[in-house]
Amino acid sequence: MTRRTAPFIGPQGEELSIARRWHIRRWIVGAIALAAVLWFVSIFVFSDRIRWERVGEYLFYEHILNGVVATIWISLAATVLGLVLGVLFAIMKLAKNPVLKWIAEAYIWFFRGTPVLVQLIFWFNLALLLPYITLKIPFTSIGMRWDTNSLISGDTAAILGLGLNLSAYFAETVRAGIMAVDRGQTEAAKAGGMTSSQTMRIIVLPQALKIIIPPTANEFISMLKTTSLIVVVAGNDLMTNASNIYKQNNLVIELLIVCSIWYMFMTAIATYLQSLLEKRFGADRVRAIRGTSIGQRMLDAATGAIRLPVRNGGKGAR
Amino acid sequence: MSESNSLLVQAKGVRKSFGTHEVLKGIDFQVHKGEVSVIVGPSGSGKSTFLRAMNGLELIDAGSLIVDGEQVGYSLSDGRYREWGDGDWAKFRSRIGMVFQRFNLYAHFDALENVAASLIHVKKLSKAKARERAREQLDRVGLADHSHKRPHQLSGGQQQRVAIARALAMDPDLMLFDEPTSALDPELVDEVLETMKALAEGGMTMVVVTHEVGFAREVGDSLAFFDEGIVMEKDEPELLLKTENPRVRSFLDRVR
Ligand SMILES: Nc1ncnc2c1ncn2[C@@H]1O[C@H](COP(=O)(O)OP(=O)(O)OP(=O)(O)O)[C@@H](O)[C@H]1O
Ligand SMILES: [Mg+2]
Repeated sequence: MTRRTAPFIGPQGEELSIARRWHIRRWIVGAIALAAVLWFVSIFVFSDRIRWERVGEYLFYEHILNGVVATIWISLAATVLGLVLGVLFAIMKLAKNPVLKWIAEAYIWFFRGTPVLVQLIFWFNLALLLPYITLKIPFTSIGMRWDTNSLISGDTAAILGLGLNLSAYFAETVRAGIMAVDRGQTEAAKAGGMTSSQTMRIIVLPQALKIIIPPTANEFISMLKTTSLIVVVAGNDLMTNASNIYKQNNLVIELLIVCSIWYMFMTAIATYLQSLLEKRFGADRVRAIRGTSIGQRMLDAATGAIRLPVRNGGKGAR
Repeated sequence: MSESNSLLVQAKGVRKSFGTHEVLKGIDFQVHKGEVSVIVGPSGSGKSTFLRAMNGLELIDAGSLIVDGEQVGYSLSDGRYREWGDGDWAKFRSRIGMVFQRFNLYAHFDALENVAASLIHVKKLSKAKARERAREQLDRVGLADHSHKRPHQLSGGQQQRVAIARALAMDPDLMLFDEPTSALDPELVDEVLETMKALAEGGMTMVVVTHEVGFAREVGDSLAFFDEGIVMEKDEPELLLKTENPRVRSFLDRVR
């Protein structure tokens, strides 16, 4: 609120000043709140149980830095996998072919219906189900065969689990994006002699992606943090590496602080990049379709904060 | 040339329902090559549905609809009508241009790309050739200077002329117009009508749904009055405009 600065003019043309109001209650409430926060922060900062010098020491420890790099690329890979498969399943769900539609719906139902933590552990243990993965041309002996355990590392399991899960949520966003493209343009393309797949590829998808891409930044930001779940399948990410260290030296809180600082730093950078993306694609459009992020909900579901995957009432339609 | 050879559109007893609502109740309609057929009629009388049936954006339930030599949606082989696939539809539609009330330009393309899109992807012209042809078509509708503008940077009248250029670029045998000026501000109507008149005078076969009776009188070869899913009257424009039919009269008096 800005305050009036111009004085009032009295009946004789004289200036009448304004008595400022002090808002005593605001000051009191503010002071109490500040005291509470300071007290809470001081528990951490001045606690003799937290060895801050060790936090500083581990912040740039090689194992931690490697974890940061792994977290970034796992997040990127899982987001890209989620985006690509999400587009594929959205198109399948909108297809006229009932078999494709049914498969897409079953896929989405399955991956949205089971916790991501369960999926992570499942992929990691794929070897129990398929000891070997064989790619072979039927009726010949030409082919390849891999030991599943060597193929599915903690990181691969993480990319698969997080990416496939994201794609199931993302399919809905993509579908909303596709349906947001004006039907008149589809008709014009058909009237102009394009086939259904040309219409989708040349007219609809490019416009739908413009709507879909900005929120993927949001998904990526959530994904950065969701990767901490990888700790259960032991990958090379930040959280796993930190836990490896604190399991040895028992500096649990210190290493969690190190992790938090890095996660916050990555989030800040990603948020800045997102703002550039928003500028590029138009912020209004981005905000219109942004809801709670998918990754956030995956994390909530996995960590037990039970929240049913209800559809947002907003424009996001997911 | 026999009479039926010069028929570009031949509809007999065309029927179409949406659910239980019968929108076309037996349409008989003919368009000869080079003719400009204008359709008027009250809202909901089935004008758009019939126009869209001609290029298969709506499928008819019964009757016969032959457009540009084809029974729309089917080809006759071994005494049976085989349903068209995606490719058959695309090939057929590439011979028929359509202009919509709401322009329906591709929002992510500029004017030139809008016109070139089907040339590249349907006619399989090289990019350079397609752009050259697109530029010619934009020039033809007086928009050579606007080729790099996106639809939202163009006025309604300009958008509609781009849409016309886009349809013309495909060198169609038949052009369908569904109320091409109804979404335009009054001062922009004339630029679109002038473009269409030039097209009519150039010998293009056109079916035009419009309430611009003046256009029908100037360049129309026939004027049809649709009412509740049938062609209530069809005649030369001058004659139909003088009709005694009270229903047609009262409608025409209102739109003029
Ligand atoms: N896809 C559809 N599904 C259901 N009903 C439809 C559909 N398309 C059109 N109709 C109905 O068919 C009737 C005829 O529609 P049509 O658009 O052909 O009328 P029109 O003569 O073009 O009218 P207008 O002058 O308002 O454009 C209307 O009652 C309309 O509600
Ligand atoms: Mg209509």
